[in-house]
Amino acid sequence: MANKTVANEHHGFPWKHLIGFVLSIVLTLFALWIALGTDLSLTWILIIIFGFAFLQAALQLLMFMHVTENSTKSNLTSRVQIGNILFAAFVAIVIVIGSVWVMTAGHAKHDKDQHAPKTENHENHGGGSEHDSGEHGSHE
Amino acid sequence: MAHAETHDPNTPLEYRSETGRLNILGFWIFLGAEIALFATLFATYMVLSHRIADGPALGELFEVKSLLIQTFLLLTSSFTCGLAVHEMRRHNVKGLITWMAITLGLGLGFLYFEIQEFLHFIHEGANIGTSAAWSGFFVLVGTHGAHVTFGIFWVTMVLIQVAKRGLTPATSAKVFITSLYWHFLDVVWIFIFTAVYLMGMVTHNG
Repeated sequence: MANKTVANEHHGFPWKHLIGFVLSIVLTLFALWIALGTDLSLTWILIIIFGFAFLQAALQLLMFMHVTENSTKSNLTSRVQIGNILFAAFVAIVIVIGSVWVMTAGHAKHDKDQHAPKTENHENHGGGSEHDSGEHGSHE
Repeated sequence: MAHAETHDPNTPLEYRSETGRLNILGFWIFLGAEIALFATLFATYMVLSHRIADGPALGELFEVKSLLIQTFLLLTSSFTCGLAVHEMRRHNVKGLITWMAITLGLGLGFLYFEIQEFLHFIHEGANIGTSAAWSGFFVLVGTHGAHVTFGIFWVTMVLIQVAKRGLTPATSAKVFITSLYWHFLDVVWIFIFTAVYLMGMVTHNG
């Protein structure tokens, strides 16, 4: 089945590549315009431009990198390829969003403001409070 | 073909040897690891991007013109790289080498403008040690630039081999793998374009 796709593709004009290229240019310019040329709120700008980025990445994978292509009669290799890339994308998203959330949500500050530090904070109280007082010393 | 395996005549050359198939599959798995590597650098950058100490803000120094030149050079190089593989599958060695040479030229152009931009930032007082934010910036964008540099050498070596040995199941698999690497660099750049440059400019202006 996939061999058929390949056969259609490597004769004649490379439409797939041309369409991929034009779409990537359009998405880039549109993202730039959304970011710098509109008065949308920051949240909406970020949602839209990151949506475009993932769309463009999918475009590269499908139009240029032939991610769905397989060589053998079983679909196993292409499934491994796609599964691996999707898993890697999931890991990437967890690393980035997780790091930003952990580092900016201010869990330690929240605990302290309520004057009810959790037990795990008690155990390294010395280090913890030193760090906290650096960030908002007015409390102490 | 001197191979015992039977193939559909439409099977691309790079998939006709066991080694070629396994190497391509293995390279996809390597790219998965590369995604994880860049994810850590993106995470570091995004956590630190507001820690500018006494240095300039990131968005303050970014310029749309330089950004667009670099982006278009890399996007176009990804396209020409795709055309090179397209020509390879038509067994057109001359077309393959021509499009790949154009790809390398565009890659070199990208590196030229990136280095110019780095020098401009350093001139404006933002080097890798200025602040945590700029450290994150130079490590992330610099790692991508180092990948492009490596890619240029790699593709050149593979092209020399193709010119010497012609298109075989072995050389065509190598060309195909370098093309995957090159497209991947473009994918990473799309996220640098969005998460570093656009986000930096938006948060600085807004």
